[in-house]
Amino acid sequence: MRPPLLPRVLALLLLSIALLCLGAILGSGGIAWNTDAAIVFDIRLPRSAGAWLAGALLGLAGAIAQGVFRNPLADPYLLGSASGALMGVALVLGFSQAISNSGFELIGLNSGAFIGALLGVVAALILAGGYRSSLRLLLSGVVISVILGAGNALFTFVRPDLYQRFQAFMLGNTSLLDWQGVYLMLLVWLVCIAFALLLSAALNALSLGENTAKTLGLPIDQMRLGLIAILALATGAAVAQTGLIAFIGLAAPHLVRRFANGSQRTHLLMSSLAGGILLLASDLLARTVLAPLELPVGIVTAVLGGSYLLLLLRRQALGVSA
Amino acid sequence: MSQLQLRNVSLSRNNKVILQNINLDIAQGEWTSIVGPNGAGKSTLLQALAGLLPYEGSIQVGGAELRSIAVKARAQEIAWLEQASTIPDGLDIGLRVYDIAMLGRLPHQNWLSVPSSQDHVLVEQAMRQTEVWDLRERFFNQLSGGERQRVLLARLFAAQTSILLMDEPIANLDPPHQADLLKWQTALSTQGKTSITVLHEIQFALQAENLILLGKKGIHHQGKSDDPLTHQALIDLFDGRIELSKLGKHWVALAR
Repeated sequence: MRPPLLPRVLALLLLSIALLCLGAILGSGGIAWNTDAAIVFDIRLPRSAGAWLAGALLGLAGAIAQGVFRNPLADPYLLGSASGALMGVALVLGFSQAISNSGFELIGLNSGAFIGALLGVVAALILAGGYRSSLRLLLSGVVISVILGAGNALFTFVRPDLYQRFQAFMLGNTSLLDWQGVYLMLLVWLVCIAFALLLSAALNALSLGENTAKTLGLPIDQMRLGLIAILALATGAAVAQTGLIAFIGLAAPHLVRRFANGSQRTHLLMSSLAGGILLLASDLLARTVLAPLELPVGIVTAVLGGSYLLLLLRRQALGVSA
Repeated sequence: MSQLQLRNVSLSRNNKVILQNINLDIAQGEWTSIVGPNGAGKSTLLQALAGLLPYEGSIQVGGAELRSIAVKARAQEIAWLEQASTIPDGLDIGLRVYDIAMLGRLPHQNWLSVPSSQDHVLVEQAMRQTEVWDLRERFFNQLSGGERQRVLLARLFAAQTSILLMDEPIANLDPPHQADLLKWQTALSTQGKTSITVLHEIQFALQAENLILLGKKGIHHQGKSDDPLTHQALIDLFDGRIELSKLGKHWVALAR
């Protein structure tokens, strides 16, 4: 018989809570019990909770992307959301300095990234002529990424003075997370996970191919659009708060796939929890490995996620059918 | 009584007309086979009946127009088996054989798709019928082509629809399991189900009660499969390159 799923989900939850506690007591000088309450509650806790939530959003988005596109290499950024977010940041950075009171500085970098990410996905949808063909959508996402990427490269070429702030966003950054960002991501995560679990039957149906899925009585096209909307929202919310953090969305779904017993609903939930654990753990490492110097968390996730995928690739074929 | 009625149906794909002004009557509770050369539009016709393609003209299912039947009601009425070779390989999401067969019950479940005890009973029944019950905990993607095909057939049977559309159901099966098709069809007939198969294996197609012969120019002939007229039309359809002879109580087709 198949092992029960509840203990596995609970284990992931417990691990998350343990890491959160560790995040609260871990300072640049190692574990410190007699820390000022303000440092714990105003800096470490929001940072740790925020890192977990951003990772959970990316893990969920990655699992949705891999399921919708039936592709083990799909990640949350592939529909143009990453380059869209970067473009949003570039525009806000550029215009808020070039034209004072233009309104751009009011939008802020976070909102700029969020709006950019959503617009990137919408652009990919428009270019693909709708959401009915996964392959066209995938290709449009690649095209949008390339075009916007060229725009972003042009921006850093024209405004080298802003390159450093731009790069901080590109590498991912958890050090500026505050409670407001945490609440925002928590709200988005709750909404996204609820709708994703409701729509997960579509992912099971899609495993038989798009045509057969359409004969199984589900409004597959609409459900897929709903899943893409969740993907865009979750990615946008995470990117807006922490920048482009690599590999979480790609690695988390693979990490838990074997433990989900073939149920897409459980897989989505587990991927999300695993994403949170991965990013929070990476953040703890980024804070302590070279303390007091802090590594950009995106570099840690890339190294960790990359080596894990390499390991997986050597052991098994990433779930790609032969 | 005809359960499926096609009047002046035209089908196209990518703006290319595949079939034009088709008229067909398909009887309820009987087995009908569609036969014809490659590219005649057999699969296209079956997909249209499954509600997967837009069509001109009228397709009546039990008196209701196909395009106006809701997706869920349609899935409870009509099940379609895709040609195995056209199912794209993709991400293996770790589905086991049992999960795949259970997908047949999806049309009867709500959005949360939690299987009922009746779902479990029907899935087991269907899996035993196609002899894949012993494989139920295996991963689907690790099965051979023939085993997969029998799992997909179990998925189809578990749906308990009154109309079953099967595109090359025995293409990947070994000869003993190919012969099982006849057993399955007998079971379907006794349950009063309407079955339409696209078959390349003419000797199996000849076991059906009715034959639809599709040629390059549309419907070449429709008739009972033991009718000499149908036999002659079948020989003409393949340019006289086959001959039919009776072996025991069955007709067999030989290439010549």
